[in-house]
Amino acid sequence: MPSAPARAGFVPLPMVIVLLALVTTPWWLAKVGLYQYLALEVMIWMLFALGYNLMLGTSGLPSFGHGAFFGVGAYAFGLLQQRVLANLWFDLAGAVLVTALLAAIVAACVSHKRGIYFALLTIAFGQVFWFVSIKWHSVTGGEDGLLNIRRPIAQLGPWAFDLRSNEALFYFCFAVFALALVGLWRLVHSPFGRVLSAIRQNEVRAAFVGYNVWLYKWLVFTLASAIAGLAGALFAMAQQSAYPNVMSLHSSGFVVMMVLIGGGLVSFWGPVIGAVFFILARDVLGATTETWLLWYGLLFVVMVLCKPEGIAGLWQAARRQLSARKAAPGLPHEGVAHGPV
Amino acid sequence: MALFEAIGLHKRFGDHVVLQDINLAFEEGRLSGIMGPNGAGKTTCFHVLTGQHAPDRGRVLFAGENITGLPPRRIAQKGISRSFQVMNLFNEYSALDNVLVALPSVRRQGFNVVRDLGANRAAQDEAAAVLARVGLAGKEHAPARGLSYGDRRALEIAVALAAAPRLLFLDEPTAGLGAEATERLADLISELKRQLTIVIIEHDMRFLFRLADHVSVIHWGQVIVSGTPAELRENPWVQRSNLGALAA
Repeated sequence: MPSAPARAGFVPLPMVIVLLALVTTPWWLAKVGLYQYLALEVMIWMLFALGYNLMLGTSGLPSFGHGAFFGVGAYAFGLLQQRVLANLWFDLAGAVLVTALLAAIVAACVSHKRGIYFALLTIAFGQVFWFVSIKWHSVTGGEDGLLNIRRPIAQLGPWAFDLRSNEALFYFCFAVFALALVGLWRLVHSPFGRVLSAIRQNEVRAAFVGYNVWLYKWLVFTLASAIAGLAGALFAMAQQSAYPNVMSLHSSGFVVMMVLIGGGLVSFWGPVIGAVFFILARDVLGATTETWLLWYGLLFVVMVLCKPEGIAGLWQAARRQLSARKAAPGLPHEGVAHGPV
Repeated sequence: MALFEAIGLHKRFGDHVVLQDINLAFEEGRLSGIMGPNGAGKTTCFHVLTGQHAPDRGRVLFAGENITGLPPRRIAQKGISRSFQVMNLFNEYSALDNVLVALPSVRRQGFNVVRDLGANRAAQDEAAAVLARVGLAGKEHAPARGLSYGDRRALEIAVALAAAPRLLFLDEPTAGLGAEATERLADLISELKRQLTIVIIEHDMRFLFRLADHVSVIHWGQVIVSGTPAELRENPWVQRSNLGALAA
């Protein structure tokens, strides 16, 4: 991401818009011909993509095996529930922890690399996890996946929430998503986030002003994977199962495409836009043609060729032009604009 | 005792011996220069002194402490800063943010994930003060990549200064600068010279002789002569070489 705006604030306008749009979906989504489960799924992908963008957009670490950690979270949630203890909080925390631990090991192996070597290693590790999920039949259920994952009751002090309906689970995931969103927004503007961005811009200089670059990369890899694990756990609840295909290379590719099409390289909100775009393309385009992925892929190619800053980049450029025209009608503008979007 | 000492440094890349028994001492509060023709081993010497390469033999002492082979970040944390010959900035950041991220007070809270750095007035004022020191007041919010070459060079030094170092290494600060910008840079460095210990690697001899208290000449990986600029002008070797002609 570019130089972060001067002040983060707690709840900026785009965040209000995103959260309002999401929380009101039970009232309007059905009216436009879509269904509630879609909002649930979009939100989970948003969470996954936002976490992933900590690596790609903020830190400049191109991981192409990130789907593995989404999958690990999903499997860990299901296995903990079925084999250890069927308690929502325990299973969620456990899934996040297991994912973070595995990611920490992988991160320790890749954090001294950058660029293409980093990317290739993440692909290799991703494939290892995918392979294990397919072959370790007695634990993961192999290619059939892990079935019958339940949606446990959410016990919060004296209150208990039944999450079995899609709508209830939606609200639960919304709460988790909102907390994560505020946390990530703060993180990107915190000293930690700024150092990550500095490392992306110039790793050598960051080391020479005294930062332990390896440690920062290791931490952000682990953190982004833990978020993927959380998203995966929620996805396991949504789907009531966990399948190996979420760990596959093309699933890892989806999240990269979401972030790039949305504009994660230039905006915090890119992954949010990208997730909506992807799920809508899949469902709306997918309803009319079986080859939706072909068209989506072509669009991706056009986007990367013509506007690599993605949809958020288009929006920023449009705003810049507008404000320049307002500021000095008839005069050519100086292309300097800063803003949180 | 000198603030910084290099004793018997050797460095080779494969069969090629680049540094051979280099001894250097930089006194506190002085401006020392290292000069030499291209390919003499100046830059390798610089890399060894600032931790980018470990020497094959020899020791590097800073304030009496052995810092040989420490990684760059540890050397930076001990109070040694360096600027780069090829500009090495955080290009997407504003000038202010470039300095901000290099401040020790910000570095110490580098693992803080909650605090809003944009709301940290104290750190921003500190960074702005560093920019003012190098003559970049008023350009705080310009993106680093949009600055002029001379301003980028000044920012390069500001990032190094942000750490409030005891010792500042400058790697060919005049490289690529025009006459006027070089003049401005010389003014800046003579100002800084009163505030901290500086070591400059340079092949612009006029520039170096004007500023330095003490100069060491490196050639064929060895220190050939060293002394004050006045002594070097008198030195027959320097007079015979091209270097002397330039400095006259």
